[in-house]
Amino acid sequence: MSLTKATKGDTPYQVRSLYRSLLRQGRQFAAYNFREYAKRRTRDAFREHQHETDERRIQELVQRGIKELQMLKRQTVISQFYQLDRLVVEGGSAGKEKGKHGGIVRQKEQGWD
Amino acid sequence: MSTIAPSFARQALRVASRGSSASAFSRGASRAALTQCINSRRSYVSETKSANATVNLETTIKADQKAFLQETGKRPEDVKMPTTGLDADAMMSPTAGILHHATVMDQGSRPIYLDMQATTPLDPRVLDAMLPYMTGLYGNPHSRTHAYGWESEKAVEQARAHLAELIGADPKEIIFTSGATESNNMSIKGVARFYGRGGKKNHIITSQTEHKCVLDSCRHMQEEGFKVTYLPVQSNGLIDLKQLEEAIRPETCLVSIMTVNNEIGVVQPIEEIGRLCRSKKIFFHTDAAQAVGKIPIDVNKMNVDLMSISGHKIYGPKGIGACYVRRRPRVRLDPIITGGGQERGLRSGTLAPHLAVGIGEAARICKEDMEYDSKRITSLSNRLLDGLLSMEHTTLNGDRERHYPGCVNVSFAYVEGESLLMALKDIALSSGSACTSASLEPSYVLRALGSSDESAHSSIRFGIGRFTTDAEIDYVLKAVSERVTFLRELSPLWELVQEGIDLNTIEWSQH
Repeated sequence: MSLTKATKGDTPYQVRSLYRSLLRQGRQFAAYNFREYAKRRTRDAFREHQHETDERRIQELVQRGIKELQMLKRQTVISQFYQLDRLVVEGGSAGKEKGKHGGIVRQKEQGWD
Repeated sequence: MSTIAPSFARQALRVASRGSSASAFSRGASRAALTQCINSRRSYVSETKSANATVNLETTIKADQKAFLQETGKRPEDVKMPTTGLDADAMMSPTAGILHHATVMDQGSRPIYLDMQATTPLDPRVLDAMLPYMTGLYGNPHSRTHAYGWESEKAVEQARAHLAELIGADPKEIIFTSGATESNNMSIKGVARFYGRGGKKNHIITSQTEHKCVLDSCRHMQEEGFKVTYLPVQSNGLIDLKQLEEAIRPETCLVSIMTVNNEIGVVQPIEEIGRLCRSKKIFFHTDAAQAVGKIPIDVNKMNVDLMSISGHKIYGPKGIGACYVRRRPRVRLDPIITGGGQERGLRSGTLAPHLAVGIGEAARICKEDMEYDSKRITSLSNRLLDGLLSMEHTTLNGDRERHYPGCVNVSFAYVEGESLLMALKDIALSSGSACTSASLEPSYVLRALGSSDESAHSSIRFGIGRFTTDAEIDYVLKAVSERVTFLRELSPLWELVQEGIDLNTIEWSQH
């Protein structure tokens, strides 16, 4: 109840908080492509509507964002259950193996054998 | 070196077993002490409150969930075995443990997925819509007598409406099938058999670059006594409308031309073909599996009578597709699958509500995000194409203008396609359609364009989709240019080309 009181009439705060939680939740995807897409889509959707002035339309969009956030919460958990190997592009594009304790560093040759 | 770890492990195990025997003793002792304690304080009135006896479900579930989530995703090398000080990896395989300490893989080993024409990943939003129908809402959508049936039916009808909206049709005109192959079979065989009964309408027109299932259905109809014209295509992959018009005869009953080609991505002039067919009162079927949800489609504007749609090409689930069958003017089909009369009697069999909901949700997302997705895919595609074509002796297959940007088919001269695919193991690519990727034959689509055997052999298809990232495109460009150069360095043909010798002038000695 205190939450509704605090945010009532304070739409910018509400929207910013939604934006942050969408980004934070999207980072939880175990799959690289979904993680990147969630980040990009959230950012672009908020950018697209950043000059919205109609109060009702803003509320509509916020409701949609909340729905997406609920979906993200469920799907990121599922994504974490079924983790696979990381993609070759994750963690830099050097294509190298790195020694943990300053040890061996050698070029990793993908697909040459 | 390798003997150290096993002996260490053995020693550790011995310590652990000793430890456990000691703790067993102490446990026995404490139990004895506990019984003594209880005996001394016996009381018949319980002091506990009722709230202590009941379990708060919410907090318990939350605690369980938290504990569970903390444990998932742990790999053996991250887990320290209790009492030994070794990690689980080393316990299971000492050499692996030692190697782990020497080097660690900084990067993953899973290839990048760039084969969106074969199939697309399931969108998490689609899965989210599907899950309720795989768990609680399991009613048969054709059950009319109870609530379980009603709720499933409602969801299926909703999905049908979403799909109809995507292609500008009426929901009643959508028939759910098992996939685009079934839709193609149903359309071609169904129309031909229904209208060919009198023996008058016994001619079908299709093109040489169609998908295998259309060509095979036509071949089957040929065995049943139909005449089939396989239209050739121009060198850019498009069909010639004049040729099509010449091929139409009074006894033609069906024209089947695909909207977007699965191998080279050219977009056929569907609107013009539709207008031509409508004026001649011929049914027009189009295989739009690669087009729906990616380019704007309106069945009424394009005068399409039958259209095949696939679920797993639009980020939906595999195992479902749909067929658009026009009602006004009515197209009649001889059904392949008969039975309970579901789906207007054209495709009997219980629908899978979760799959139907999946394709419906996928269609809704495609409709909503089409502008956003196509803008993004176009920019990625241009980036990839510019990068690839800036290398020497590379050509784009298919027309550059009438082209779906998500499908980029490029020929790398003087490199064998299959060996390049092998060299690019860290990128999931294909040289043609998935159905023919098992054979080493050159793609029949590229042969139909008039490209030489060598050029068809050396072509590779890149598929870009909704979830492709910029980093992946950069990685691909770098990897392809490196390895094409490497493979060309190996090739004696490339050396000859560098010396300026035209390969066609060489007379190869024969054995």
